[in-house]
Amino acid sequence: MSSTVTSKPKLKTSAMIASIAGEGQRTTAAPFGHALVKLAAERPEIVGMTADLAKYTDLHIFAQAYPERFYQMGMAEQLLMGAAAGMAHEGAIPFVTTYAVFATRRAYDFMHQTIAEDNLNVKIACALPGLTTGYGPSHQAAEDLALMRAMPGMMVIDPCDALDIEQMVPAVAVHKGPVYMRLLRGNVPAVLDEYDYRFELGKAKLIRDGRDVLVISSGIMTMRALEVAKELAADRVDVAVLHVPTIKPLDTSTILREAGRSGRLVVVAENHTTIGGLGEAVGTELLRAGVTPQFRQIALPDAFLDAGALPTLHDRYGISTSVMATTIKSWLG
Amino acid sequence: MEESKTDARAKLAEHAYRIRRNALLMGEVQGQGYIGQALDIADVLAVSYFGAMNYRPEDPEWEERDRFLLSNGHYAIALYAALIEAGIIPQAELETYGSDDSRLPMSGMASYTPGMEMSGGSLGQGLTIAVGRGLGLKRKGSKAFVYTLFSDGELDEGAIWEGLMSAAHWKLDNLIAIVDVNNQQADGPSSQIMAFEPLTEKMEAFGWFTQRIDGNDLDAVIAAFDAARNHPGEQPRMIIADTRMGCGVPFLEAREKNHFIRVDAHEWQLALEALEAGRQA
Repeated sequence: MSSTVTSKPKLKTSAMIASIAGEGQRTTAAPFGHALVKLAAERPEIVGMTADLAKYTDLHIFAQAYPERFYQMGMAEQLLMGAAAGMAHEGAIPFVTTYAVFATRRAYDFMHQTIAEDNLNVKIACALPGLTTGYGPSHQAAEDLALMRAMPGMMVIDPCDALDIEQMVPAVAVHKGPVYMRLLRGNVPAVLDEYDYRFELGKAKLIRDGRDVLVISSGIMTMRALEVAKELAADRVDVAVLHVPTIKPLDTSTILREAGRSGRLVVVAENHTTIGGLGEAVGTELLRAGVTPQFRQIALPDAFLDAGALPTLHDRYGISTSVMATTIKSWLG
Repeated sequence: MEESKTDARAKLAEHAYRIRRNALLMGEVQGQGYIGQALDIADVLAVSYFGAMNYRPEDPEWEERDRFLLSNGHYAIALYAALIEAGIIPQAELETYGSDDSRLPMSGMASYTPGMEMSGGSLGQGLTIAVGRGLGLKRKGSKAFVYTLFSDGELDEGAIWEGLMSAAHWKLDNLIAIVDVNNQQADGPSSQIMAFEPLTEKMEAFGWFTQRIDGNDLDAVIAAFDAARNHPGEQPRMIIADTRMGCGVPFLEAREKNHFIRVDAHEWQLALEALEAGRQA
């Protein structure tokens, strides 16, 4: 028996704690937790709340710095959202963390009714957005953006890297009203500091210009798009990257301006199902405005995704850098 | 001393009468409404607003007020009746109940109505918000209480039990919850839809200071609210109020039990007369 096992090749892991950072990529540790601690020093009304996932959303950094402002609500996401609403009614600004699946799927009505309907100042930061774990559909939030976009009054943010997260935290605290933000945790890639970039709430930013292809992307797909652009440059394909960290409200004017520049293939790339995310949002705005470039979507399929190692899954579903580059080249013919 | 207590009781009885009357008048406006529930909870609301709670009618958002969270939003007709009686909503607005552009929609919502502290209706949410408000008040060092009313049907919702555990965990001695046990929910008698007894023992086991009373016995309601406020323990407080739907209007009380009690057009006036007769008795 044991000889059979040892003769098998070593299997790839589907480990829970896998960082999305590539090998050798520069990273920043727990940017959300540290940014929140820094901000909390100036904003006494900020409190942290979680549903048994402080350690896995980097909120433990805040809990250590401000134990009296940290509220462990237990593994009870509906309670978490309702209690955050109650806290906000009493003047606090709760930063609430859990996994994206548990907030958006399990506690949807509580966010809708107790938080969004009353336009309360609750900031919901969720780890494991889209396909960022190999744990299977129980933990893969492939449809979180669609769900949260549909909720009236909810701002929706999908940051790319550590820099985005560090700058997003103080920005959402200033915004009056509820915010859903995707969270990258642990050792988070640092990418955008190489570019002339600053996160601005509600703004799309052209990070890199190019003549042949315009990639409109959010979250980790912007990081991938920038890698693709470097790769395709070797093939003399010139790729522009428009980063859209704020999914709702959408920076329509910037998107229309860039997509309206003639002659470029427009590719919307997102770590999310094809349904209801950035791709459909951009497509709708283009049609409404009569802007009709050649339009393609790189996104997850409308399916229950497989369990497995994250790199395997990103290849399988077409959102890894290498597959994305191949796909875009094939569209160029 | 004894006499002033009697006076106070008489005043509360009059407030309860007027809350019932306001609710019937609103029901008449629309020809419908959750009047069975409004009549059953009127005594609890009278004691809440005229015997227990601290508030300023002219300033519904006064920081030091006690908060009242109506989880069962369909009881809005009852709470409006109390808010009108408390002078938070003008009596004249009663006629707009349930109409387009009214501040008094059929289901209670915070953004519509002064004195309405939450948007209820998606049942089972009030207690979770109440936990957050209790924590938020403690964070500010406030001495205010949070009251929340929910119904026995809401006990079916899992979030209620999340709230029950959490309130005890956080030792929320500023939280007073009232469960209206009228044993009626949408599809039938609550105890048959989802057995919830023994309720007192459950609440006690969850760590709450618990009293079970006849919610239409005004003296019992007064005593329960006093005990809930003054209980020395560092724990949340629960009042389980067994109530009678339609209480105060005998022919409605005798009517076949239903979540949405049938009242014919001509019966609203009869109900007001029956209520008036009971007041004089």
